[in-house]
Amino acid sequence: MLHRLKGRLAWKLATGCLALAMGVSQTSTAAEELRIGFVAPLTGGFAQVGKDMSNGFQMYLDEVGGNFAGAKVKFIVEDTEAKPPVAVRKAEKLVLQDKVHMLVGGLLASTGYALAPVSTRLKMLYIPSVPAADDLTQRDSAKYPYVIRTGWTSSQPSHPFGEWACEQGYKRIVTIAADFAFGYEVVGGFQKAFESCGGKIIQKIWPPLGTKDFGPFIPTLKKDADAIFTLMAGPMSLQFPKQLADAGIKKPVIGGGTSYDEFTLPSMGDEVIGHVSALHYSAALDTPKNAAFVKKYREKYGKVPSYYSEANYTTAQMIHEVLKKTKGKWPGTQKFIEMLSKLQLDAVRGPVRLDEMKNPVQNIYIKKIEKKKMFGYEKEELWNAVIKTYPNVSQFWKYGKTEFLKQPVYSRDFPPCKYCE
Amino acid sequence: MNPRGKILTVLVVLLALAVVTPFASSYLILLITQALVLGILAMSLDILLGFTGLPSLGQAAYLGMGAYLTAILATHYDFGLGWSFWVAIMLGILIGAATAALFGLFAIRATGVYFLMITLALGMCVWGLAYRWNSMTGGDNGINLPARPEFGIRLADDVTYFYVVLGFFVASLVMLYILVKSPFGRSLVGIRERELRMRILGYNTWLHKYIAFIIAGGFGGLAGVLWAHLSGHVSPQDVILATSVDALLMVVLGGPATLVGGAIGAGVVVFLRDYLSTVVPWWQYVLGGVYVLTILYLPGGLMGIPERIRRRRALSGSPAETKKLESASN
Amino acid sequence: MNAQFWLIQSFNGISYGALLFLLASGLTLIFGVMRIVNLAHGAYFLLGGYVALSVIATTGSWVLAVPVAALLVAMVGLVMERVFLRPLGFDPLRQVLLTVGFAFLFQQAALDIWGGDSLDIIPPDMLRGSTVIGGFHLPVYRIFMIGMAGVLGSILWLVMEKTRAGAMIRAAVDDSEMARGVGIDTSRVSMFIFALGAFLAALGGVIGGGFLGIYPGLDFEILPVAFAVVIIGGMGSLTGAAVGSLIVGLADNFGKALFPEVSYFTLYAPMVLILAVRPTGLFGRE
Repeated sequence: MLHRLKGRLAWKLATGCLALAMGVSQTSTAAEELRIGFVAPLTGGFAQVGKDMSNGFQMYLDEVGGNFAGAKVKFIVEDTEAKPPVAVRKAEKLVLQDKVHMLVGGLLASTGYALAPVSTRLKMLYIPSVPAADDLTQRDSAKYPYVIRTGWTSSQPSHPFGEWACEQGYKRIVTIAADFAFGYEVVGGFQKAFESCGGKIIQKIWPPLGTKDFGPFIPTLKKDADAIFTLMAGPMSLQFPKQLADAGIKKPVIGGGTSYDEFTLPSMGDEVIGHVSALHYSAALDTPKNAAFVKKYREKYGKVPSYYSEANYTTAQMIHEVLKKTKGKWPGTQKFIEMLSKLQLDAVRGPVRLDEMKNPVQNIYIKKIEKKKMFGYEKEELWNAVIKTYPNVSQFWKYGKTEFLKQPVYSRDFPPCKYCE
Repeated sequence: MNPRGKILTVLVVLLALAVVTPFASSYLILLITQALVLGILAMSLDILLGFTGLPSLGQAAYLGMGAYLTAILATHYDFGLGWSFWVAIMLGILIGAATAALFGLFAIRATGVYFLMITLALGMCVWGLAYRWNSMTGGDNGINLPARPEFGIRLADDVTYFYVVLGFFVASLVMLYILVKSPFGRSLVGIRERELRMRILGYNTWLHKYIAFIIAGGFGGLAGVLWAHLSGHVSPQDVILATSVDALLMVVLGGPATLVGGAIGAGVVVFLRDYLSTVVPWWQYVLGGVYVLTILYLPGGLMGIPERIRRRRALSGSPAETKKLESASN
Repeated sequence: MNAQFWLIQSFNGISYGALLFLLASGLTLIFGVMRIVNLAHGAYFLLGGYVALSVIATTGSWVLAVPVAALLVAMVGLVMERVFLRPLGFDPLRQVLLTVGFAFLFQQAALDIWGGDSLDIIPPDMLRGSTVIGGFHLPVYRIFMIGMAGVLGSILWLVMEKTRAGAMIRAAVDDSEMARGVGIDTSRVSMFIFALGAFLAALGGVIGGGFLGIYPGLDFEILPVAFAVVIIGGMGSLTGAAVGSLIVGLADNFGKALFPEVSYFTLYAPMVLILAVRPTGLFGRE
């Protein structure tokens, strides 16, 4: 709620100025203030996630007393309702009205895609801490010089995961993923890697985004597959495993990291034990840094942090690191981007640095859901226990940047379903 | 107020807007531009709802068609970014009208709430198309437009774009005004009041309604083109049911059958949504409340307020005044 | 596609249809009697779910939540009809517009009271998991949904066909002027029907909430689907609502399973076609 209050306060100031005369535009305040505009869905189906996002950022701010190496941080949060047009409006307000130094956040890939041109149009730094749309830092990156990503690309974890699947001996896999770009990219990356090491994707199903009733889809899953690869987002993540279990399906289930991320894991039941997924973060990461992060977050907000929380916590940390180098002075958008791209950090999620397309190179964790006690907590709970780590994974995996960029972006039809039956 | 007085008032307001806006904060300029674009959409709906008595819950479809066409032309065909912008405008209007021509074949047979339902369904079909036809529309990611067109003047400059949009708004207002004052426009009102009688009198009411529907679609398409360039991004979220409901709200708030009422309504809704929403969290109550109160107590919308004040004054005044009032408002 | 596929899909489709029936029956009755398209119906659905969540949170009883939520929302509907819709007289268009305004207010109120998170209504253990019947894994909750719809449908039918009150309602639907002429208090019928509609919608919300989840935005998501049912089945006809929900439930299910690419259309395109040919729907009246 603190950020809401700060937002209101900031807005009262703005309103006051405006009330004087239409012609008076808000004058910028002292150079030592760093205004950060944050956009996330605070209402609607993704509200919980949006809250995790802003909480993550806020927690870092509280740790450093709202002070980045001498610059006082003004954190203004706006609600995108998970709708791109609203995100654009709010971003415009933050940039033009509140005169922020940077835009951070956004949740869905569609929001990321909508805000990228806004950043170019208004010449404003935009840090998508969560939107994983591949092309923002790949084929479209030239269009968006003010975008620098601190999160991940959708296909980034899928590539090593495909290799892992081969190692497990899976040969034939069916995929069932939410019917939108994020789903296509997560599955696409997995398919490419899995088929490169001898696997076959024999079926691809795409339930529409927002599906709650998987009744039509579950019976069509091919019975002779070795495993099911699933990618669900938002409320879908909760319903799918339940309905899968109810239908009596006992196959191994693997999936994209968001399907089992901590934002929904507490509400899941025992039906997800044994499910494996891949992501650049897991709350069960057994490192001292993470243990401290999890304990503090849980104490403050009453729940285990999700990757959305970590993403924004680390983003705040990265911004702080840059400000440390400039002794708290805002170096201007261009310089800031330059400095951020050169940053190397030992973050909560592990070591992070940015590649030349301004996307993180980081660890990818293969995580399996286990019921156990962690970090000294008394109860046995569901955790994404890390079973394998792939270090230094970039958005291009082993393919090399030029080779990778030659192929089209992962879509519903790419890679083509050669082995589909 | 007599018609001339009304026209004068509108002109003065528009002039004031044109002069004062550039001095406002850049965010406010964007909001005003947005209100003008949505004002065009609302006015197009007013033709149907206010003048013909056809409540359409699918106007967003035409906005969507115009917007997506603009976006696709700009990204896939590199078209519409120079002088070709004007051609794109024409095409936007045409596709809006063409879509309406197609949809009208299904919709015009119905009246009242059935018409509401069918336009709703048709609007949802456009949404479904925008969402599914990935290769064309980019699916849920939408389409990002390159920078706004440039032909001697740079529309990328928000103030310049404001003037361009204002120009289109005024043009639309004038054209629609001429339409409603024409015999055709009057027959639409006749259809609204007593369709049966109009038919008996020999009017082809189906054709009249169909043409009105197409015209409304055309203006919706125009709004779509301007909308696409305003945000630089088009997504299926622009054509959801809520957008059509918004248009309805704007017309009802401002006052049905007044044309400018739609624009006023647009201003109110945009102000509440994108301005008040950043100040207070309970802005939706204000919107809903204003809306409900308007329906209950102000059937003529905000534009109807002066009329009501006059009526009330007349009622408490002399019989002669009341007589004069009654003859004037006919 | 073997027989098992068809059977399972039919079962799923029917269970979805059962849920839709709860929602659509109220909508169609309200329209039949009052000629109002209640655009706040989705909001009633959502409110039902939310109230149930509150009841469960305070009393821990799902069984109690069901009737309490339905009754509370019914009262909201009653107040709305009495205080706001009635004064407008017989002006269906303005009344429809009014329901839109209320839909917004309800949405905002729900957001303020219950927050923006996605919530889940957990049914009692007895209704969770699945049973195996004839080699099929059938989720118990779906069986429950079908059962509830069946029971309610039967009760409604009995009331409509076999009781005096039902006769009055049918008379009001057929010809309200005549009904008034015969001495039936149509305004009281309207009030009752509106409350009943809200009751059914809220019931749908509680039951559906365990299936779809409860979250802001659900009201406007479920509304077009309810309309599809009512339009296809015919406005004002309970039979139509039953048939319509079955058709929509099955079409939606099979559409998604067999033609997932066009699944967004399998709902709305038939709606448009039916309306174009028969503007009053399959069983509707003018």
